Amino acid sequence: MARRKVHVYDEKGIKESMGLTGRRIIAHTVLIFLSLLCLFWFYMLFINCTRTNAEISTGFSWLPGTNFIKNWTNLKNGSIDIFTGLRNSAFIAIASAAFCVYFSTLTAFAIHAYNFPGKNAIYTFILMVMMIPTQVTSLGFVKLCRDMDLESSFLPIILPSIAAPVTFFYLKQYMDSSLSLSLIEAARIDGSSEFRTFNKIVLPLMKPAIAVQAIFTFVSSWNNYYVPSLLLTKEEKKTLPILIAQLRASDWQTFDMGKVYMCIAFSIFPVIIVYLLLSKFIVAGVALGGVKE
Amino acid sequence: MADTKKSQKHRSVTRGKWGIIFLLPFALAFFAFQLYPLVSTIYNSFFKNFRDGLTQVGPEFIGLENFKTLFQDGLLLKYAGNTLIMWLIGFIPQILISLLLASWFANHRLRIRAAGFFKTVIYMPNLIMASAFAMLFFALFSDIGPVNAVLESMGFGTFRFFSSVWATRILVGFMNFLMWFGNTTILLMAGIMGIDPALFEAAEVDGARPGQIFRQITLPILRPILLYVMLTSMIGGIQMFDVPQILTDGYGSPNTTSMTLIMYLNQHMYSKNYGMGGALSVILLIMTAILSLLVFKFMVKKKED
Repeated sequence: MARRKVHVYDEKGIKESMGLTGRRIIAHTVLIFLSLLCLFWFYMLFINCTRTNAEISTGFSWLPGTNFIKNWTNLKNGSIDIFTGLRNSAFIAIASAAFCVYFSTLTAFAIHAYNFPGKNAIYTFILMVMMIPTQVTSLGFVKLCRDMDLESSFLPIILPSIAAPVTFFYLKQYMDSSLSLSLIEAARIDGSSEFRTFNKIVLPLMKPAIAVQAIFTFVSSWNNYYVPSLLLTKEEKKTLPILIAQLRASDWQTFDMGKVYMCIAFSIFPVIIVYLLLSKFIVAGVALGGVKE
Repeated sequence: MADTKKSQKHRSVTRGKWGIIFLLPFALAFFAFQLYPLVSTIYNSFFKNFRDGLTQVGPEFIGLENFKTLFQDGLLLKYAGNTLIMWLIGFIPQILISLLLASWFANHRLRIRAAGFFKTVIYMPNLIMASAFAMLFFALFSDIGPVNAVLESMGFGTFRFFSSVWATRILVGFMNFLMWFGNTTILLMAGIMGIDPALFEAAEVDGARPGQIFRQITLPILRPILLYVMLTSMIGGIQMFDVPQILTDGYGSPNTTSMTLIMYLNQHMYSKNYGMGGALSVILLIMTAILSLLVFKFMVKKKED
């Protein structure tokens, strides 16, 4: 009787471990498939950057061609002013990220460290408007800019990032968990002014959270298309997404496709490189936001 | 004693002044760039105000006439339907696959290898410029693109993806799926990691199968996060613009079957029809406000837990 029981148990154990191995194989296969599904498009983009127009029209290839430099010179000397686009995109994205994280941290600090009438109401209000997308107020915003002759100015693209409820909320949560008020108190006793305390003590302590949010703001500003496309109508003010849209609207079938792929790659690869360098950090930042939200 | 209390109170009031000063930049930017535009958008929705060629019509107060037009010409409902369909095509596989992947990543017994690599790769499309990604898909799937060259060589002939209603919609949904499933996976994984491992162990000791554990323990505990993901994704879905706009060059072709609500708004903005654009914005605002309120309620509830 006892022997039989052991036997049954063994069988069950073997079956279970086989089941686990099977599930491991399935899980890894699915993960590899999904990863390839994500990478395929970017790999093809890279390959097509290196091929001639004639080669591209024959279909896909797994191996790069030899036309990379030629495509690059064609794009560089072509009708699309990508360097102006790059400069404008980079300027807007860097300025937006800097304004956004500095003032969001300042706002979070105001709510975190001080008591003043209406504080809780303000906090609740910011949370409530957090999810309202910019598109639904864009009509009034664009009309305001057009009326004030701020069309084709970078100011209305950059300055709104000062009031970023999502970034504020993330930083506030981070402060709640890791910025102790006794440290602020110590700085006060040492005679540091409130503003100095913020710049010299709070900002450095918040660095990890600020870095994550700076990356996210940079990327979303870099990719932003909707409002800039309505405002930046002057040729020398256009950003990369607007140039991509122009490329799509033009008579692209007559284009050298090697050049088209090169232009897409030119807009995408800066972010991919930043991501590959900082990916661990970014993925952890997303998970952190998820837990805390 | 009373004296110190008084001075403490006095100190906190003078310091409170700094809180208000630090809040000022946010408040100014919020009023100038969000609140004023919001009020102006609503205000404009009650006026006839557009350009007809070179002549400016209005602004003239017409009450709810713009809203009436919006609902009567049927375009609003059609575009809302398009948006919903393309959102669902992306969202259903997104939530299912994310749940599956998140439960795998969080399951220590499966010992997923190179988990960091997989997470890095599946999150990447989220950061890609949506307009450039759409342009890439357009180039690959266009009538003379490489996908059709492959179909041709296999003897299927050319398939005109962007002349087919469902091929275009599925491509838009598929791109949304690619861009968001990694993000959702990471959010759900963080949620699963937060579950007490003792629960899983107890279930295993009691002889529960993996499927049972997933249905009876993981899913019910994850329900609030799933709700959050769904609501935020719906709000994102209402904003769908870049991908279909670039893919169809703003026309929502074929025959406006892939035209989304924001593409419709963009048309009014581009042609400076502030009255109709305003009315459409107000409707979008009401839709997002209802969803946002639910998200807000969810966050407050979670904070209390």
